[in-house]
Amino acid sequence: MVSEKSNKRTKKVKIRRTSMPEQNPEERIKNFKEVALGYTEEDAVKESTRCLQCKNPRCIEGCPVDIDIKSFIDLISKKEFDKALDKIREKNSLPAICGRVCPQEDQCEKKCILAVKDKPVAIGRLERFVADRKLSKNSITGNESSGCSENNNSKSKELDCKSSNKKIAIIGSGPAGLTCAGELAKKGYKVTIFEALHKTGGVLVYGIPEFRLPKKILEKEVKFVESLGVEIKLNMVIGKVLTIDDMLNNGYSSVFIGTGAGLPYFMNIPGENLNGVYSANEYLTRSNLMKAYLFPEYDTPIARVRDIAVVGGGNVAMDSARTAKRLGAKNVYLIYRRSEVEMPARNEEIEHAKQEGIEFILLTNPVEIVGSEGWVKKIKCVKMKLGEPDESGRRRPMPINGSEHDIDIEAVVMAIGQGPNPLLTSTASGLKLTRRGYIEADTQTGKTSKKGVFAGGDIVTGAATVILAMGAGKSAAEAIDKYVKTGIW
Amino acid sequence: MYKIVGKIKLAEGIDRFEIEAPLIAKKAKAGQFVVIRVNEYGERIPLTIADYDSSQGIISLVTMSIGKTTYMLSKLKRGDSIRDVVGPLGKQSEIERFGKVICVGGGVGIAPVMPIAKSLKNTRNYIISIIGAKNKASLILADEMKEISDEFYICSDDGSIGFHGFVSEKLNELLEDSEKSSDSDLRKDINRVIAIGPAPMMSAVCSVTKPYSIKTIVSLNSIMVDGTGMCGACRVEVGGETKFVCVNGPEFDGHKVNFNLLMLRQKMYLNEEKKALDLYEEKCGCKMLEQKNGKTC
Ligand SMILES: Cc1cc2nc3c(=O)[nH]c(=O)nc-3n(C[C@H](O)[C@H](O)[C@H](O)COP(=O)(O)OP(=O)(O)OC[C@H]3O[C@@H](n4cnc5c(N)ncnc54)[C@H](O)[C@@H]3O)c2cc1C
Ligand SMILES: Cc1cc2nc3c(=O)[nH]c(=O)nc-3n(C[C@H](O)[C@H](O)[C@H](O)COP(=O)(O)OP(=O)(O)OC[C@H]3O[C@@H](n4cnc5c(N)ncnc54)[C@H](O)[C@@H]3O)c2cc1C
Ligand code: SF4
Ligand code: SF4
Ligand code: FES
Repeated sequence: MVSEKSNKRTKKVKIRRTSMPEQNPEERIKNFKEVALGYTEEDAVKESTRCLQCKNPRCIEGCPVDIDIKSFIDLISKKEFDKALDKIREKNSLPAICGRVCPQEDQCEKKCILAVKDKPVAIGRLERFVADRKLSKNSITGNESSGCSENNNSKSKELDCKSSNKKIAIIGSGPAGLTCAGELAKKGYKVTIFEALHKTGGVLVYGIPEFRLPKKILEKEVKFVESLGVEIKLNMVIGKVLTIDDMLNNGYSSVFIGTGAGLPYFMNIPGENLNGVYSANEYLTRSNLMKAYLFPEYDTPIARVRDIAVVGGGNVAMDSARTAKRLGAKNVYLIYRRSEVEMPARNEEIEHAKQEGIEFILLTNPVEIVGSEGWVKKIKCVKMKLGEPDESGRRRPMPINGSEHDIDIEAVVMAIGQGPNPLLTSTASGLKLTRRGYIEADTQTGKTSKKGVFAGGDIVTGAATVILAMGAGKSAAEAIDKYVKTGIW
Repeated sequence: MYKIVGKIKLAEGIDRFEIEAPLIAKKAKAGQFVVIRVNEYGERIPLTIADYDSSQGIISLVTMSIGKTTYMLSKLKRGDSIRDVVGPLGKQSEIERFGKVICVGGGVGIAPVMPIAKSLKNTRNYIISIIGAKNKASLILADEMKEISDEFYICSDDGSIGFHGFVSEKLNELLEDSEKSSDSDLRKDINRVIAIGPAPMMSAVCSVTKPYSIKTIVSLNSIMVDGTGMCGACRVEVGGETKFVCVNGPEFDGHKVNFNLLMLRQKMYLNEEKKALDLYEEKCGCKMLEQKNGKTC
C-alpha cells in the first residue's frame, strides 16, 4: 500500500535539480572571487522538496561522517534553517567547507535514490546554504556549548569536565586537526593546536584557492572551533621546536597528529629544476597563503606567464590550472596521462576548468622539460594509450613509440601527487610508519604504535578528502577521550 | 608577534636583531635558521640564527638590506615586533673534533659562520678564520671572530682593510704556502673548511679546496617559502640529486653542489624584486641606496 505522503513526494520528482548561480566564465577568470555563488533561500527550499524522504535513506550511507541528510533536508523544506544546521553539526563541524569541496558525486549524491533515474538531490549545495546563512549572520557560536561553561549543568557534562581538565595537543590545523580539536573541546578538554604555518586551515588555507573556498568562510569556521575553547598556536613546527615526547612529558595527556600529506612529488625528469617549474604546493601556497595574486600589494612574487602547463588530473591540478588562468595566462595546458574518465578531480572542477578555457591535453605524458638560460621554454611529451587496468582499477597508460612532441611554455606546475612529510615522523620515537612513510594507525580509532599518540587524515591515508580527514579527526577524538579517561591503551 | 628586544647596526646596511623567541632559543643549534614574515603583507624569508641564549629566551639575527623585506626589517626598532618567526629549521651543523678547521665567511655570511666556529672551538678544534667584505665599512663581527680563532685573516675587495682580495684568494694563498713549507704541512692538517657567503664566493672556495681534497661544507641560500619541506622552492642539485635546502640542508658538501643552478634559481624573481623595492622606495620617498650612503629617510 502506498501512503498518501510518499505519493505526494513522488510527484515532486518532476522538479528539476535547482542549478546554482555562478559567475560567468569570461568574467571570473579575471578575478579570484568565488565561482559558485550559492543558493538563495528560495532555491534551497525548492531543491529540498525534491527529496523523497526515503524510509531507508541511502544518501546517508554515502556520507563518510553519516550526516542525517534526510532530516536536515526536511528541516530546510520547513524553513527551519537553524535547526537544519544543528542537525548537520551533530556530525560535521565544517559544513560550509564540505558543502563546497566534498566530491558529492562520489559520496552522498551518488547514493541518493533520485540519481538512478534523474539527478540526485543537491545535498552539498543545501549543506552549504544552511552553513553560509548562519555564517553571514555572524553568529558563529550556534547552539554548541563551549566546553565546561557554567550554563552547562547536565550531569554527563559535569562528569566530563571533572575527568577532563586535561590537556590534549593537536599537531596540524587541517580538517583532521580542527575537527579533532573541536570534538575534544566539546567534551571539556583543554585543547591546543600546534600549526607549522602562520595561518590555520592546512590545505584549506594554503592549497584550495579563494575562488573555490573563500578564506573568509574558513576563518569563520576556525573561529567557531576557537569559540569552543580551542587554543591555536601558529608558527610551531613540531619535530623542530617541540617533539611529541616533549609534549607527552610536559602535561599533555594525549597527542593527535594531523599533519597531512605535504611533501610534493616531482616526476624526476630532466629539466625539473629549471626556473619556472613549480610543485603545485609551491604554486598554490604562493598564490593562496601568501596572496601572490595580489602582488605587489603583498610581497610574495609568482611567475605570471602567457603559456603554462599543469601536469596532473586531480583537484590539485584543476586548482593550479584555474589559478594560472586568473594570473593572466593566455594558454593553460592541462597535461594528463590518462583520459578524462580516469581523472580523479571533482566533476564540478573539471567542468569549471573547461568553461574557463583550460586546454585539456589527455593521454599525454611529459618526458623532459627543456630550457634556455635557466628558464623553461618547452615541455617534451609522449602520447599514451590505455592498457590493462592497474592496481587502482584504472587502465594503465603506456607510451606510444615515436610520438614525442614539444609544447612551448614558460612555466610548469607539477600536480602529480603528494606524500608524507618526514619532518615530524622522523623525530618521533616509537612511531611506526608504513613502507611509504605514512603513519600506521588503527582505522577506527587512529591509535598509533606509540602510547597516547593518535593520528588521522592524509598523514595516515595518503592524499584523500576533506571529509575523510574530518571523519578521522572525529573518531580519534572519541578514542582519545576513552583513553584519557580509562588509561587503557 | 615576536618582540625585538635589541638592535645594533653592525655596518652600513647590516643590522643585528635580538628577538624574543624562547621556544626557538631553547632548541636552536649552530647552522639552523628561522623563517620570518615582517608583517601581514610580507614575504616569508629565511635568516640564519646567528646566536641564541636559551636562558634569556632570545635569538639573534643578522640581516643585510638587499631588497624590500630586508629593508623593511632594517627600519624596525627595539620594541617593535616581527609578525612571524618560525624555527629552528634545517639540520644543525656537524660539530665534531675534526682537528684543524678553516672557517670562511663572506659579507653577511660571517654571521652564520660565527656560531659554527664557536661550537667547533668549544669542541677543541683549531680554528683558522678568513673573513671578508667589500670594504672596511661593511665588515662585520671582526672582533668577535678574532676572539674565537686561533689564526685570523681579514680580506677586503678594495684593500681598505686586511688582505686585498677575495677570501677564496686568501685561502688559496694559505694552502699554497703550506705546500711550500716543509715543517708544518697545513693542507694535510686541514680536515675541513666551512664556507658561508654569497653563492659565487662559496663556489670559488670549493674550487680552491677541491684539488686538495679538503672536505668543504657550504650553507646554501636558496629561495624559500615554508622552510619545512612542503613546497620544493628551495631545491638544489647535490651530487646529481635534487635536495631541499630547508630540510636536507642548509649545509651540504660543497664539492657536490651545482652552484650554477643555485645561482640561476636565486635570480628567478629579479624583476618582481626590483618592482617591489621600487614601489617601496616610492612609498617611503627615499632611495635605499642613498640611505646606505648615510642619508636617512
Ligand atoms: C590543491 C588541493 C585541492 C584539494 N581539493 C579537494 C576537494 O575539492 N575536496 C576534497 O575533499 N579534498 C580536496 N583536497 C584534499 C584535502 O584537502 C585533504 O585530503 C585534506 O586537507 C587533508 O586534511 P588533513 O587535516 O589530513 O591535512 P592538511 O589539510 O594537509 O593539514 C595538515 C596541517 O598540518 C600542518 N603541519 C604539517 N607538519 C607539521 C608539523 N611538523 N608541525 C605542525 N604542523 C604541521 C600543515 O602545515 C597543515 O596546516 C585537495 C587538496 C589539495 C592540495
Ligand atoms: C638558509 C638561509 C639562511 C639565510 N640567512 C641569512 C642571514 O642570516 N642574513 C641575511 O641577511 N640573509 C640571509 N639569507 C638570505 C635572505 O633570506 C635574503 O637576503 C632575503 O630573502 C632577501 O629578501 P628581500 O625581500 O630583502 O630581497 P629581494 O629583493 O626579495 O631578494 C634579493 C635576493 O634574495 C634572495 N631571496 C628573495 N626572496 C627569498 C626568499 N623568500 N627566500 C630566500 N631567498 C630569497 C633572492 O636570491 C633574491 O635575488 C639566508 C638565506 C637562506 C636560504
Ligand atoms: S559532508 Fe560531504 S558527503 Fe557528507 S553530506 Fe555533506 S557533502 Fe555529502
Ligand atoms: S536518498 Fe536522496 S531522496 Fe532519499 S532521503 Fe536521501 S537525499 Fe532524499
Ligand atoms: S622552502 Fe619549501 S620545501 Fe624548502
